Amino acid sequence: MGGCIMTAPRILYCHCAHAQVVPKEVKTAVLQKLCDSQVSFEAVGDLCEMSARRDPALKELVDAPAIKIAACYPRAVKWLFAAAGAPLPKETTEVINMRVQSADDATGRLLAAEISANLPQGKETVSAT
Amino acid sequence: MAIKDHATLKVVVDEGVTAQPLDPAERFALINALLDKGYAVSRATNGTAPGAGPGVLFLGRFSEARTGGHDISNFDVNRICEAVEQARSSAQGLKHGEWKPWFPVIDYDRCTNCMQCLSFCLFGVYGVDEQQRIQVQNNDNCKTNCPACSRVCPEAAIMFPKYKAGPINGDVVSDADLQREKMKVDISALLGGDVYSMLRERSERAKSRFSKERDSDKALKERQKCLVKLAQVGDIPPEVLMSLPSPDEIQRRAEEAKAKAQAALASQTV
Repeated sequence: MGGCIMTAPRILYCHCAHAQVVPKEVKTAVLQKLCDSQVSFEAVGDLCEMSARRDPALKELVDAPAIKIAACYPRAVKWLFAAAGAPLPKETTEVINMRVQSADDATGRLLAAEISANLPQGKETVSAT
Repeated sequence: MAIKDHATLKVVVDEGVTAQPLDPAERFALINALLDKGYAVSRATNGTAPGAGPGVLFLGRFSEARTGGHDISNFDVNRICEAVEQARSSAQGLKHGEWKPWFPVIDYDRCTNCMQCLSFCLFGVYGVDEQQRIQVQNNDNCKTNCPACSRVCPEAAIMFPKYKAGPINGDVVSDADLQREKMKVDISALLGGDVYSMLRERSERAKSRFSKERDSDKALKERQKCLVKLAQVGDIPPEVLMSLPSPDEIQRRAEEAKAKAQAALASQTV
């Protein structure tokens, strides 16, 4: 599923401001590390709200050569963008799930040079182990 | 005005060519405060600042005047947030936080266009596009914290990203989830009649009992019992159930939704 590209990916961080589903300590630490870094980044108050509004800013974001998104589940992020009329490119999008990943893991992936594309490719169902 | 019709204000923390960089602690405090209020914020370093335009507010320690810029040399987070709020108000931009973004998101990789969600929803959230494909049309009609339509989807294709648990929150769908969803899809089997029919019947029974026994408490208890059962099965917040329209209105809306779904299904087979 993963892939490697050389272009510096754009970084998008979702603060999930209107709900408490992303652990506060994780999102705070991720944002803190982004602010401590030298990188440019986009931060949004709430990706769901932007999707509901079909915010044109989402279209601008998907036009980037590659994008890393720190938010929630990749399946949800994929279809939030699609619902806004801004489908994410499968090959050049990596979603970092702050609901389940640690702050260190999430930041490591966000700031890594390479991208590991991980959008769901289609109808996926996993068997119980 | 529907939420999608509002303009938005974009805030850019400019640390580019014409602005001094902020201290990391100040940068974090500012961006975090703006995000808490729901704003979208770009941090722009060398050469990455977007151009000025309507709906864009630049914040920075500017060495020279900047169009659309607000100088934050005397750093005070609260005052900066007030200035941003003023700019939003002047631009008649969306006031964030007035609506919790709670609405269904369809996973079209899984959706089979069966229209169960369209026939189920009483609040006109769903509709179909020109190709008769199911879509979310009125997301701000959705009842906050109610995931009921996702429960009737046989393919676990309806997500509420702010829901607490998978697969409704967007987590990967497992075989076990699908089995569970298949059990839930026929809510009628669980409740002895479809949800709305059951509500109507219970209400009618309660009404009849009321007229016979003149016992309003008993009728109310009956309705409450019904609502509690529904809330348990569908994880539907009691306040949503309590705000349902009258039984007659429920019937009217359910029939309307069903007719829309049947029309969409019929045109699929043509």
